[in-house]
Amino acid sequence: MELRKIDDNTWEIPKEGEMRVPAVIYSSARLLEDIRRDQTLTQARNVACLPGIVRYSYVMPDAHQGYGFPIGGVAAFGLDEGIISPGGVGYDINCGVRLLKTDYDESEVTAKRKELLAEIFREVPAGVGKGGVTKLSRSVLKEVLVRGAEWAVENGYGRAEDLERTEERGRMAEAEADGISERALERGIPQLGTLGAGNHFLEIQKVLEIYDETAARTFGLHAAGQVLVMIHCGSRGLGHQVATDYIEAMENAFGVAGLPDRELVHAPFMSPEGQRYYRSMCAAVNYAFANRQMIAHWVRDVFARVLGSAKGMDQVYDVCHNVAKVEEHEDGGRSRRLVVHRKGATRSFGPGRPEVPARYRSVGQPVIIPGSMGTASFLLAGTKEAEGLSFGSTAHGAGRVMSRHEALRRFRGEKIRDDMARRGIELKSTSWKGVAEEASEAYKDVDEVVRVSDQVGLGRLVAKVVPIGVMKG
Amino acid sequence: MDGGPTIRLAKTYAAPYALRTRVALYAMRGKPSMALLPSAWLTFRADWGSMSREGARPAMERYRILPHTADGKFQAFGRTLEEAFGNAALAMASLMWDWEKVGRRVRHFIHVKAIDREQLLVKFLSEIIFLFGTKSFLLGRVEGLRIRPEFSGLSLEALLEGEVLSDAHELHGDVKAVTYHDLKIEACDGFTVQVVVDM
Repeated sequence: MELRKIDDNTWEIPKEGEMRVPAVIYSSARLLEDIRRDQTLTQARNVACLPGIVRYSYVMPDAHQGYGFPIGGVAAFGLDEGIISPGGVGYDINCGVRLLKTDYDESEVTAKRKELLAEIFREVPAGVGKGGVTKLSRSVLKEVLVRGAEWAVENGYGRAEDLERTEERGRMAEAEADGISERALERGIPQLGTLGAGNHFLEIQKVLEIYDETAARTFGLHAAGQVLVMIHCGSRGLGHQVATDYIEAMENAFGVAGLPDRELVHAPFMSPEGQRYYRSMCAAVNYAFANRQMIAHWVRDVFARVLGSAKGMDQVYDVCHNVAKVEEHEDGGRSRRLVVHRKGATRSFGPGRPEVPARYRSVGQPVIIPGSMGTASFLLAGTKEAEGLSFGSTAHGAGRVMSRHEALRRFRGEKIRDDMARRGIELKSTSWKGVAEEASEAYKDVDEVVRVSDQVGLGRLVAKVVPIGVMKG
Repeated sequence: MDGGPTIRLAKTYAAPYALRTRVALYAMRGKPSMALLPSAWLTFRADWGSMSREGARPAMERYRILPHTADGKFQAFGRTLEEAFGNAALAMASLMWDWEKVGRRVRHFIHVKAIDREQLLVKFLSEIIFLFGTKSFLLGRVEGLRIRPEFSGLSLEALLEGEVLSDAHELHGDVKAVTYHDLKIEACDGFTVQVVVDM
């Protein structure tokens, strides 16, 4: 495949064959080596062939092969002539990250971090097949699907001001529960308020370095050593089932002939199938917002119990990593509404956008990019440039480079725990095998990912944080 | 179909495929809903893997777990499409728990319909994820899997046997969903199916 170098961090697959637009890859030469090794570029090209695609099929610096769309893929489609695809969102709808700040300094927490972690581990259900403590009725679940984090706050989980500091204020208004299958509801009932497994985690972190004082202060970060909490999880089985259900529904309605990859099955956005998927996806997004809202509440409870107070534990922000949204963007000199798919990508809106909470509007939205288990994570700020570069999107994490099985062969969970302990990081997990699979060596270098993001202008570096306690599902 | 190094092999000694047993309704004791099923649905294939290892039968590989960057990928084999589908179910189960250590205390009868073989495989495997997520059901064995043509596609029925998750079991992975990515169904010296699951 022809790959044209535009500059050090920008590459293009020129339009050819059935591509309707070119594909643009934001990556350094080093990250590109990994990207070229799997089917990421082929998938980006396939996305460029979809009806109604606008501008480019974009690939973020942390991209790797996904299903249909690459992970780290961003594509926008016109509402009237364009499509929506479950493969452009992914199975874990609104897999995302929430960041809480505290007023504690590392020195006040270090001695108690074991206890904190053990208590969080007790309080927040995690791991494969682990159900929640909340027994929901179907009607309450439907309310969660329609109202998201708003429902959680109203029911005593967290604070009203958390909502302003959540993407979409914790609720996508277009959500409808009617299109959610019985099977998805059944999977959703026992799992609300659970972390899950795989790459999902909860970390107690400290600020290591601040790059942008003004933005950091605006986000509530004031100095190195400040303790933070990061929660990474999604819509659990409910979201996975919604994706599975609508891939099947679209296959049955439109057939699969002519698709380069069946995971690219799609429906015109305005068609009944497209609208039903969109509204159901929004409902799954809301479920995930409520999920993270509940977990954040339990974490504050634990801090209050163990350290005496959860004062100052304000939410910095909560971002979606897997979502499709209708947004206003420039296209050919005019502003128009597009359905933007971000699959393994973070919205990165800059200063001034109305979607950015008023308190952050002068610096751009907080962009939270988690690293792999035990490594650094980053806080960035959205940029104005990103709107033109990537429909206001940037990377979402490190991205795997090694298979789970290869990781299992090479690493031992217990050894990783010991190594992390030597570096001052406490680890608790439901499965040592799971820990081995998530070894940081199995992931790309997140430092390089955010460096490219910053240099290209997709997101501006604000702070680097490192874990002091890790809970893995 | 791409091969790659074998990471884990599950060997078994399968009974002759031709051995079909029509199981009478007594097999369905205590399952009144199943007693209502047409008897044609109760055609069971002999137990795969129940033969003793001392037997002189040739070893047949049920499945192979393949390397895949982000997720779980496997190939499953069978002399028939049904057998390959059944082994695919065990391959997927092996990514989450050790199905060989799971007893046969609970049964779920499943029936799925699909527009083609690929969708049938995805829906069949999704059924196992669904039962795990909602009933904490651990699959240990697939019985009487049958695939039949329908007016507008195909249908599959099978009896899934296993146990409810307890402290006695160890889980080591979470399969979120079955994907069409690199999904292949090939007939060549029996059947091979290849599946990638999202983990």
